[in-house]
Amino acid sequence: MYPKDRHYTKDHEWLEVSDASARVGITDYAQQQLGDVVFVELPEVGQVFEQGAQFGSIESVKAVSDLYCPVAGRVVEVNGTLVDHPERVNADPHAAWMIVLELRAPDQMSGLLDAVAYAELVA
Amino acid sequence: MPDSQLLKTPLCDRHVSMGAKMVPFGGWQMPLEYSGITEEHLAVRHTAGLFDVSHMGEIEIAGSDSFDLVQRLLTNDARRLEVGQAQYSALATAEGTVVDDLLLYRLGDDHFKLVVNAANVGADFSWIQELATDAGDVFVVNTSSRYALIAVQGPLALEIVQPLTEVELASVRYYRFATGEVAGVRATLSRTGYTGEDGFEIFVPPSAAVRLWDALLTAGKSAGLKPCGLGARDTLRLEAAMRLYGQDIDRTTTLLEAGLGWIVGWEKQSFIGQQALVQQREVGVARKLVGLEMVERGIARHGYPVVSGGDQVGVVTSGTRTPSVKKSISLAYVPSDRSALGTEYSVDARGRLLRAKVVSLPFYKR
Repeated sequence: MYPKDRHYTKDHEWLEVSDASARVGITDYAQQQLGDVVFVELPEVGQVFEQGAQFGSIESVKAVSDLYCPVAGRVVEVNGTLVDHPERVNADPHAAWMIVLELRAPDQMSGLLDAVAYAELVA
Repeated sequence: MPDSQLLKTPLCDRHVSMGAKMVPFGGWQMPLEYSGITEEHLAVRHTAGLFDVSHMGEIEIAGSDSFDLVQRLLTNDARRLEVGQAQYSALATAEGTVVDDLLLYRLGDDHFKLVVNAANVGADFSWIQELATDAGDVFVVNTSSRYALIAVQGPLALEIVQPLTEVELASVRYYRFATGEVAGVRATLSRTGYTGEDGFEIFVPPSAAVRLWDALLTAGKSAGLKPCGLGARDTLRLEAAMRLYGQDIDRTTTLLEAGLGWIVGWEKQSFIGQQALVQQREVGVARKLVGLEMVERGIARHGYPVVSGGDQVGVVTSGTRTPSVKKSISLAYVPSDRSALGTEYSVDARGRLLRAKVVSLPFYKR
């Protein structure tokens, strides 16, 4: 269920690291809790976020939730297709990445959960 | 309220065993969604959906003076209501604000049933009882626990229910009801609903609710009938611009502000709220409930401020992006003198100002 090549947060985001950057998305558990996603608000390329800062928001039919930056970084890419196809977050949450961060403090990774620990958290 | 204190409909265990996502609503544990709000919503628009709405309350008024009490209590004119007919109506305060909105059923010449909002049953019952004390020969009974209520809504509702009953459903016109057996269960079939589609609301004894639910699901399977939760019920009613008590209307909003002047019996002799409403009709109301459509990307939700020229001038009462209209739509109170179609506003969506414009209601019409 939860890919082993990711890191996870207690706020239900995932992080897929490659070299000095990482893709960020929300977990399957998060999309289930939200229900049908109808709107995703994402930041601009170039914006810098501290760990835990709000970088965007995601809205389902029923509710709005904030998106939090799992680790500090600068946004180098934004998944614009989600703006027109927010339902992809429901269909394939672990592929529907939202932003790519250029990592500012890679040591923060050690505070995140691995797939096993995350699966236990949401079990 | 802890989950353990929540009331359960007779179908609660069914919802859980069928995998519905459950939420507290109006003091009840209710299904929010089964397969997802979008899928359920579209099933109701294109085929049919099955809803448990047993949380709704029922209050019955009977006795030789019951008609007079109903006329005095409720805003709509029950003189137009024949036995076998239902009418949308409201309990109003002396100020013309809304105690509750409801459906009034005329079961007999001197026997009425009010179907009221779940969260308001207690308050409505006290309200009515108090006014019934010197109303002559009337009995007021809270009969909520005697009924389960199951709704089949959608263009295929009639053909799904018909094989289960001897009642000729086509002869039951909109806002009429009939009694008879459905799937072997004694029932009242009412051609009413809260979705903007054709359909039936079926009152049965609680002990028979699971049997009817299962029979309907089986009967509707090939036609595409889907079990639905309150989430889809909300998006469906919003597209149809049906008001939701506690959001769009309450004791701070008058019927005229809410655009519900059509359920006020202006020709009636005397009813609670009459004086205030007549005066409001003459002088006009300062604010009105309108439909807003977002011009910019974003969603207006309940409680978001409506802004004009930098000032808050109104408030969104209901809003989301809905599956059939496929736009971000909302109901909002705005100043009456700026409520014309096309009028532009901004909605403050958690600090982001989003452009919106006034559009005509309902957002969806079948």
